[in-house]
Amino acid sequence: MLGAVHPTIPDSLTFAVSAAVILSGAIGVIVSRNAVHAALSLVATLFGVAVLFIEEQADFLAVVQIIVYAGAIVVLFLFVIMFLGVDRRENVADEPLRGQRPMALLLVAIALGGVVALGVSAHWATGARAVAGSTTAGHHPNVYVLGKSVFTTYLFAFEATAALLVIAVVGAVVLARRPRMDEAAGLTGDEPVADEPDGDPADPVAESGAGDGSPTHEEVSR
Amino acid sequence: MSIPGQWYLILAAALFTIGALGLLIRRNVLVMFMCIELMLNAANLSFVTFSRMLGDIGGQVVVFFVLVVAAAEVVVGLGIVVAIFRRRANASADDLHVLKG
Repeated sequence: MLGAVHPTIPDSLTFAVSAAVILSGAIGVIVSRNAVHAALSLVATLFGVAVLFIEEQADFLAVVQIIVYAGAIVVLFLFVIMFLGVDRRENVADEPLRGQRPMALLLVAIALGGVVALGVSAHWATGARAVAGSTTAGHHPNVYVLGKSVFTTYLFAFEATAALLVIAVVGAVVLARRPRMDEAAGLTGDEPVADEPDGDPADPVAESGAGDGSPTHEEVSR
Repeated sequence: MSIPGQWYLILAAALFTIGALGLLIRRNVLVMFMCIELMLNAANLSFVTFSRMLGDIGGQVVVFFVLVVAAAEVVVGLGIVVAIFRRRANASADDLHVLKG
């Protein structure tokens, strides 16, 4: 079934190289002991996926993939890794739950085999064609078609993602801020509390928005 | 003739299972997050492939929303990791068996 159609040489080459980069990057993520190396392997995987998006004529998503994933998410990962100083090596051989790794390997192999067997024995993609609009409607470019669909059919979901992003930003700020003196007094004794000589009781959003950089240096130097 | 969609779907299945395996065997919370990103990317690749196989733009729209949700998820997740790390200087998932701060 897989050999029914014969792709051209450049297409095959692009797919093969991208697939090799994606899979080696993914394996690098799960076997590298250093979290920074894992993040860099993740970048390789994300770039490979972006190349495959271009190969599938999803140009806009390829660009967004690189900007959002490789440009924002991985940088956020690296920032947190270095902020927390967890880039020391993890003891991979330490296995608290006996027999968990072979069991995980077995289950994952069964899952992969099941999915591939299902796909081979049945049709890979079934259903109505072009329900939400054709990918090549009137030979418009991909960005045009995608944008038209997002701003008409999926407008409500698009607005909901705006609310989601605002909630996520506020939640992250509240989570990552340093607790104030009166809050920290009732908690564990090893909590470093003495900072900010003026100690104004500003509201949490404005406080951590303004002074987000200052705890960083203290955390790292301690 | 472009690459048949089945190849992409098999690649996406392999990528997803690698991510699931990493989530199961790793102990570092940050690496577990990266494995979740791997699985999300595998799902995205499947969606784009289905979009091309069916000629339907809906799959690409879903990927667009998945990217947004993934960004929000990483922001909140890393905020939680930073908050946990303030309390106990450890990023291992095994030490997080109590919810009490």
